[in-house]
Amino acid sequence: MREVAYNDIVDAVKNMIMTTATNLPEDTLEYLETAYKEEKSEVSKKVIEQLLENAKIARDEKRPLCQDTGLAVFFVRVGADVKVAGGLLKDAINEGTEKGYTDGYLRASTCEPFSRANLKDTVGYNLPAIIHFDIVEGDKIEIEYAAKGGGSENVSRARVFPPAAGKEGIINFVKECISDAGGNPCPPITVGVGIGGTFEKACISSKHALFRDLGTTNEDPEMAELEEIMLEEINKLGIGAMGMGGTKTALGVHIEANPCHIASLPVSVNVQCHSSRHTHITI
Amino acid sequence: MAEYNLTTPLSEEDTRKLKAGDIVLLTGTIYTARDAAHARLVKLLENGEEFPFSIEGSVIYFVGPTPPKPGDPIGSAGPTTSYRMDSYSPTMLKFGSRGMIGKGGRSQEVKDACKEHGGIYFGATGGAGALLGKQIKSAKVIAYEELGPEAVRELTVENFPVTVVNDTFGGDLYQIGREQFEVKD
Ligand code: SF4
Repeated sequence: MREVAYNDIVDAVKNMIMTTATNLPEDTLEYLETAYKEEKSEVSKKVIEQLLENAKIARDEKRPLCQDTGLAVFFVRVGADVKVAGGLLKDAINEGTEKGYTDGYLRASTCEPFSRANLKDTVGYNLPAIIHFDIVEGDKIEIEYAAKGGGSENVSRARVFPPAAGKEGIINFVKECISDAGGNPCPPITVGVGIGGTFEKACISSKHALFRDLGTTNEDPEMAELEEIMLEEINKLGIGAMGMGGTKTALGVHIEANPCHIASLPVSVNVQCHSSRHTHITI
Repeated sequence: MAEYNLTTPLSEEDTRKLKAGDIVLLTGTIYTARDAAHARLVKLLENGEEFPFSIEGSVIYFVGPTPPKPGDPIGSAGPTTSYRMDSYSPTMLKFGSRGMIGKGGRSQEVKDACKEHGGIYFGATGGAGALLGKQIKSAKVIAYEELGPEAVRELTVENFPVTVVNDTFGGDLYQIGREQFEVKD
């Protein structure tokens, strides 16, 4: 059984968080550059120009890309043949999160649901992190991370359809969700769609779909085709960058599908803003 | 689409000439407030209690910045989603505030209040926090320190880039822009 030191995980998570806050990933940058070239609206073009300029300033001066540095969301795949020495993996991820957000001068955005009291002095700085674990073969720990902002999370939706709704029902649901959201989730967006599974499985899948790099497609050709159709439909809405009108509302649609119950067709739409701060490491 | 340089506080003369889609570079003092601060500020106005700044002609920025790095006045500071302030903004405008900076659509009540009281809703580019933070030259907390990122701050800005979304004529850039590029089947 391979052993990984608790503190090594803390450090790795901390570094991942600090780097991600100031560096827009390559896939997103590339897609924004293309969107800038192809956008037909002058106002939206100007917005995308600001976003590219913002990414440059953030990277060069190590400033957070966006003031909403998000809740820290992790998908962690733990090999069956590896164990953490000196503490729990979950604690190490939370500790790394707290350190990354503090040392990186990032915002503490976790609060109590009703009193809205910030949790920085009670639970911890921007804690707790949202962590989804899975156990896989091997002796590695794979950590996928994204800083998830509130603006795009707030427009996300889930619904369990009857099976008869089919593809058309799902396409309409996704389109309606993005149409109602307008400029609120900071377009150009990426849209994560979870199809099938149970209610919560669809939601988690729609989140995980956003961790995928732009330019990759679902392995199943039927789902890949559906991704393309949805993207085309969304870009007909005319919302444009920051909702100011334009042709580039979404940069991509990512579907993650699961087998489901014979009686139901769950669907979840999770929206990611243009500040798509995601990365992954293997320890 | 015209471009203006405006200095705060804004007069009605300033605001009533602006049209949806115009670009404005703002210079002067502006104030930050998000949901929690708005709830308290509006109560002060309604009860006629002492207000932490002069509301006449003021511009309110819906933002909760990141903490500043040592030596910087402020961290990243882009706009937050404005509809959460929809229930408070008409009161702010009624008492003399004349500008709001945020992102995303507003309610009909807010648009009506803009018309009636000569207010403008400006959009700033969401997620451009590093770029916008650089245009802020000084920042100090003037109320509700305990709210952390949500505290009320007085900011000095120079050429802070915003776009007019809702003007005093009922114009709405989000609507106009979208209609122009929507593809109907
Ligand atoms: S939606 Fe994204 S880009 Fe917009 S303010 Fe939130 S985190 Fe920043």
